[in-house]
Amino acid sequence: MTFPFMPEQASTMAASVDNLFFFLLAVSAFFAVLIAVLVVVFAVKYRRVHEASVGAPIHGGLVLELTWTIIPLGIAMVMFVWGASVYFDLARVPQNAVEIYITGKRWMWKAQHLTGQKEINALHVPVGQPVKLIIQSEDVIHSFFIPAFRAKMDAVPGRITTMWFEATKPGRYHLFCAEYCGTNHSGMTGYVEVMEPSAFQTWLGGGAQEGSLAEAGEQLFNKLGCATCHSGDSQARGPNLEGVFGTTVTLANGQQVLFDEEYARESILNPQAKMVEGYLPLMPTFQGLVNEEGLAQLIEYVKSLSQGGATPTPTPAAVPGSTPKPQPSDP
Amino acid sequence: MHDVRSTDPEGEAFQTEVQPRVHYLNATHGIAAWLLTKDHKRIGLLYLFAISVFFLIGGVFAMLVRLELLTPEGDLLSSEAYNTAFSMHGIIMVFFFLVPSIPAVFGNFFLPIMIGAKDVAFPKLNLMSWYIAMIAGFMILTTLLMGGVDTGWTFYPPYSTTGSTSNVVLAALAIFVMGFSSILTGLNFIVTVHTMRAPGMTWGRLPLFVWAQYATSLIMVLGTPVLAITLGLVFAERVFHFGIFDPKLGGDPILFQHLFWFYSHPAVYIMILPGMGVISELVAAFSRKQVFGYNFIAASSLAIAIVGFLVWGHHLFTSGQSAYAALVFSVLSFIVAIPSAIKVFNWTATLYRGSISLQSPMLYALGFIGLFTIGGLTGLFLAALGLDLHMQDTYFVIAHFHYIMVGGTLLAYLGALHYWWPKITGRLYTEGWAKVAAVTVFVGFNLTFFPQFLVGYLGMPRRYHAYVPEFQVLNVLSTAGASILAIGFILPACYLLHSLFKGEIAGRNPWGAYGLEWDTTTPPPPSNFEVTPIVTRPAYAYTHADVVEPYGGTTEGSGESGGQEVRSV
Ligand code: HEM
Ligand SMILES: [Cu+2]
Repeated sequence: MTFPFMPEQASTMAASVDNLFFFLLAVSAFFAVLIAVLVVVFAVKYRRVHEASVGAPIHGGLVLELTWTIIPLGIAMVMFVWGASVYFDLARVPQNAVEIYITGKRWMWKAQHLTGQKEINALHVPVGQPVKLIIQSEDVIHSFFIPAFRAKMDAVPGRITTMWFEATKPGRYHLFCAEYCGTNHSGMTGYVEVMEPSAFQTWLGGGAQEGSLAEAGEQLFNKLGCATCHSGDSQARGPNLEGVFGTTVTLANGQQVLFDEEYARESILNPQAKMVEGYLPLMPTFQGLVNEEGLAQLIEYVKSLSQGGATPTPTPAAVPGSTPKPQPSDP
Repeated sequence: MHDVRSTDPEGEAFQTEVQPRVHYLNATHGIAAWLLTKDHKRIGLLYLFAISVFFLIGGVFAMLVRLELLTPEGDLLSSEAYNTAFSMHGIIMVFFFLVPSIPAVFGNFFLPIMIGAKDVAFPKLNLMSWYIAMIAGFMILTTLLMGGVDTGWTFYPPYSTTGSTSNVVLAALAIFVMGFSSILTGLNFIVTVHTMRAPGMTWGRLPLFVWAQYATSLIMVLGTPVLAITLGLVFAERVFHFGIFDPKLGGDPILFQHLFWFYSHPAVYIMILPGMGVISELVAAFSRKQVFGYNFIAASSLAIAIVGFLVWGHHLFTSGQSAYAALVFSVLSFIVAIPSAIKVFNWTATLYRGSISLQSPMLYALGFIGLFTIGGLTGLFLAALGLDLHMQDTYFVIAHFHYIMVGGTLLAYLGALHYWWPKITGRLYTEGWAKVAAVTVFVGFNLTFFPQFLVGYLGMPRRYHAYVPEFQVLNVLSTAGASILAIGFILPACYLLHSLFKGEIAGRNPWGAYGLEWDTTTPPPPSNFEVTPIVTRPAYAYTHADVVEPYGGTTEGSGESGGQEVRSV
């Protein structure tokens, strides 16, 4: 029976994570073998021959102690810096990434593409393009884990986390939930299908009933009555949401916060937490009225208000039921 | 070896003592005398009994987990049963075995003797700690009988507060109660070390086991209340729906992780520091040599205790915590590895030009050095930020902490048991079998857990009831190893019990070791020493004069002075 020793390398980061791994492995192997050899050699060489003999009266040595404190400390710092630099590469999402919303729910992974395409326990992504996952959870903590990409991020209820990867090889890779989430935790798995960009576009066009995510978000925006306050005119009781995504807003307490996915989400669920300067605390919470998928749509709609200028143009998307269309916004 | 002087006429009395000699085991009789004892030695034995039972239960669950993982399908247990099995395994092993093991058994028994004290500072409190532990044990067994708990030993909310339907409240309460036992034992040890040392037993002469117990006690007293508060909050949220951790109620689940690991990371050191203390004793005794760099070892125990409190955030690298927090926790985690590395180097250097005897306790000690080294080095992988994102919550982590906690703590525990068994019981066990067992444990352990590093890096997540077929070969190896390991645990149970009835009578000092516990008679008298010892030499100051009669030694009452020797330095 054949079985693998190393996971496949299928993302741009996989090799750098593995290189760090091999470095640590080499250092560890060196020290482990060193200690093992010394222990065995000493145990044999200095074994007790006379029942009453005692060891040599050696009490210590400052030079030795300092040596084996400072050298390991130096090596550890190299590991730290190397580890941190890989980490920053893994954490810093490239600007041009394709965005996909991921929601963990016991016991499945739901993905929403900007085009409105949805899938469960599967994730289709294009090869050679950075993909940013915007991760939420509907119930308990989960963790989105693709070993072949050396990437993992928790899905934490109540907040948004993000991760990214760029797949390098078309194929099908395991997708696991890595944070224990109850009965069917080990069944919360699926696969990531990495496709050639053209095939991916074809797949994307394969039929999203509700239109793009932003379009669905707009409908929800109107249905929930958000538009009555966030109408954009001067009499509105809520701030205009056009053009604010990605900017810094000033709060009533003078603090500055970045208007990002997390802030949008918090403002919907817990509006009084970070009040924008100049507005009354009138907005009701929508906690319980929108689920995570709805949140993704709303956030994407608010985002779209800042992408197409003043007019709410959602990200170009496949028209429901129509033939596939390319996505000009994603380079 | 230690100057034992008597200035009062009573000192003369014991020299003419008549057989049978009174020692702590035969001083009084009957169940009541044991259950109401204030003798720290008897309390140590009460713990030994209780903890062995917990280890057995935890071990049965380990075997269930391993057998389930023999095949990729979830065929042996239902998923609920599997989740309960690994949760009960983790909870019982951590909170009811590892945390109390060495301190409660050997700390209780030997710490007072090793510093020349008659007892711990608060004997009644000591007994109360045992009763509190038993109440907690009773609660966790009740949890088990009611169907167990399935949250894992980490109790992460919102799963534990709203998602799980198992007996979370009772289990959390059991751990909460157990925590009080830890705190009281810790307090007792701290006060004992400060106030009860024999004349001449300066801080610089304390055996390293005592230093380790002291550092552990500090963590217990400072850290355990945080755990108690955290579990109290889980209780409040689950029962009264306080919005502390569940975002649906306005809480924050990450807050729990911070609180939980603020205790539970130092708790790893609560488990391992006493083990390190034991290894220092064993390496010195079986090399007949002063431990190399006594001051560095003692100081590194304290350094671990302090820095160990500052690294909890490395359990949160994948939780979306800020990159700067991650950096700080990562660098501190690398730094806390250094004192552990120092200890490993020191133990190895102690062997150099020693008079090394590979008796069974020493085999455990050398096994410990190997396993602990691997466990410690693999910890570096997890502290390296970029790697941890891949490895967090996989079997790599399982393998890492088993190398540290089982390879480390458990081997030290077994080493301590074999080293001090003759002193505790007055009997020798069959050394040949003990060696076989030590080797079996070492081989079984590596076969169990080494493949888990590989399957973890391949991407097998922990707490999986069924897995993808690529992972099977490594899992089969691991289960095979677990079976060998189980034999390695059953063997000592057999020959140690056998020794109680058929074992040769042990002398005062069967190993020819140095330390106050080997000065007093075997088994020790109820007050530990007939005459308060006066210490005039540093720890482990071996000279030929100390080991004149390593084996036959002076048996009960038959020695020159009933086992007590008066020697000048
Ligand atoms: C025969 C020996 C053992 C085997 C085969 C074994 C196996 C396992 C396995 C497979 C798990 C992972 C469960 C999962 O996450 O799905 C586990 C978890 C654990 N084991 Fe062991 N174990 C053994 C002995 C021990 C011992 C002796 C201790 C402590 C002294 C221990 C402490 C733990 C802890 C704390 C966990 C974590 C549980 C969790 O993730 O919730 N194990 N063990
Ligand atoms: Cu999950």
